[in-house]
Amino acid sequence: MPTIIFQSPDGTTQKVEARIGASAMETAIKLGVPGIVAECGGAMACATCHVFVDPQWIEATGVAEDFEAEMLDDAETPRQERSRLSCQLRMTEELDGLELTIAPEQ
Amino acid sequence: MSEAGDARSHTSVLIVGAGEAGLGVATELRDLAFGGHITVIGDEPYPPYQRPPLSKGFLEGKEDEESLALRAPAFLDEHEIEVLQGRRVVSIDLADQGGTATLDDATTVQFEKLAFATGARARELPVPGASLAGVHTLRTIEDAKQVRSTLVDTARLVVVGGGFIGLEVAAASRRRGLEVTVLEATPRLLGRVCAPPLSDYLMKRHAAAGIEIRLDTSVVELVGNVDGQVTHVRLADGATIPADVVIVGVGALPNVELAEKAGLECGRGIVVDQAGRTSVDGVVAVGDCAEQPHPNLPGQRLTIESVNNALEQSKLAAHVLTGSETPRRGVAWFWSDQADLKIQIAGISDGYDAYIVRAESTRLTVLYFQQNRLIAADVVNNPRDFMAVKRALGEGRTIDPERADDLTLSLKELLQGQA
Repeated sequence: MPTIIFQSPDGTTQKVEARIGASAMETAIKLGVPGIVAECGGAMACATCHVFVDPQWIEATGVAEDFEAEMLDDAETPRQERSRLSCQLRMTEELDGLELTIAPEQ
Repeated sequence: MSEAGDARSHTSVLIVGAGEAGLGVATELRDLAFGGHITVIGDEPYPPYQRPPLSKGFLEGKEDEESLALRAPAFLDEHEIEVLQGRRVVSIDLADQGGTATLDDATTVQFEKLAFATGARARELPVPGASLAGVHTLRTIEDAKQVRSTLVDTARLVVVGGGFIGLEVAAASRRRGLEVTVLEATPRLLGRVCAPPLSDYLMKRHAAAGIEIRLDTSVVELVGNVDGQVTHVRLADGATIPADVVIVGVGALPNVELAEKAGLECGRGIVVDQAGRTSVDGVVAVGDCAEQPHPNLPGQRLTIESVNNALEQSKLAAHVLTGSETPRRGVAWFWSDQADLKIQIAGISDGYDAYIVRAESTRLTVLYFQQNRLIAADVVNNPRDFMAVKRALGEGRTIDPERADDLTLSLKELLQGQA
C-alpha cells in the first residue's frame, strides 16, 4: 500500500498507509490525521481538505484545475502554487511516499 | 468495536444512533479530552458511514462500502469509542440523573449522559402499491445496494419527488442513458428549499439532458404485475407511465418515537436549543432528528438534514455534555451533485423577503436577503460565489442589494469594506 506523509499545522508528522484508489483526504480522515476537516466527504464542495504538495511531488500529482482551482481561490488559507484539495488526490503506487503539508486554516 | 456484541452494562455517555451526528458527538467528546466511556449504538449492520454518496458516487459505482466508512476501525479503537452495530435501543428510562436503555436483545445499558442521534427515515409514498418490488426509497446502504442492482441500463426509471435525492438519482441515471421521468407534486422543483430561479434553472438543465419532468403531478397508485413487480405509475389525471424502477424521494421523517416515549418534548423533531439541549438535563439531541430554533424566524423551529448540521450540532452538544462553554456555530451549508451541475448552498434561505440573481451562461447564483441583509446563497457551478458568501456570513458581513446584480464586480469585491 502506498504511504502518505502528512505534516500537520501543529508541526507533527504522520506517516499513513493508503488504499489504492482512495483519496489522500479519505485516508487522513479515517485515521484521524489532525488538520483535515473535509466536511463534504470528498465532493469538492467545501475546500476544507486543503494541502500543499511537496515540491518534489507536484509533477506527479499535477496542479489544481477548473472547479478545484476556483474553490481554492477563496480557501481559508490563501492558495499557493502547489495548493490542492486532498480529496482530489487519488492514491496510486506511483504516489508512494507522497508528502503533503496541511494548510493551517481550513 | 463490537459487532452486535454485548454492550457494557454501564457507560458514561450513551449515543443512540451511529451516523454522522452520533459519531460526531463521540469524536468531539474525545477532542475535548473527555475520559469517560463512550458507547454508540446503531441499528444498521455497518460501521458508521456517510450517506450523501448513496445517491451520488455510490450509486454510480465510483465509491464502494469501504470508502463510505466515516472512520477506520483503528481510529475508533484508538479513541476508545465503542460502536455497537446492528442493535436497536427499544426504550429509555430516564432517572433523576442518567438512566437506563433497553436494547432489542433485552440487555440494558445504564448511562450518565445521553445523546439522541436517531436520524430520520424516508417518508413512504402513501398510495396503494408502495411496497411493490422495484419501488425504493434511498436512505441506507441497503437501499442503495438494492437500487444499484435494479437500475440496469435498460430500466425505465420513474422518480417520485423533485427534491435533492430524487434529482441526484435522476441525473446520475440519465447520464448512464436510462429513460428517466421525474414526477413532482408541487408547481416547481426543490420548492421547499429555494426560490424560483434555481427551480427554473434546474428544470431547464435537466430537461435539456433528456429527463422528462412533470410538475403539479400527483401519483395515486403504483401498479404491479402478478409477480408483485411494479410496472406502471398511475397519476391523478388517470394517465399511466411505464416503470421498471420507482425511486420515492418525498422527504424524511425525524425518528422521535424513542425520545417521545422517554418523555422528551418533541414536535416534528426532538426539541432542542441552539446547543442541542433537550427538555431534560443531561440529554442532548443532534442531527436530522433534532428540531432547533430557526435562525431567521424568531419563535419558529426547523429540522435541518445535512452533514454540516450534524457536525455543528454534535460539536456544540459535546460541549454541553462536558460542561464546557459552547463555541460559536459555523455557517450552515449544503451541497448536491446532479450530473454536471454542482449545487452549493451557504446559509439558510428560509425566511427571505427578497432575492437577487446573478447569472452567466452555465453559472447561477441566487442571493437571499432578509430586511436588506444577506442570509444565504444558492450557487450552481460557481464555487467562488459560494466561498465568498459562506465567508461573509461567517464574518457577519453583507452586501448592498442595490449593487448585488452588477456582474462587472465579483461578489468578493462587493463584500469588501462592509465588515
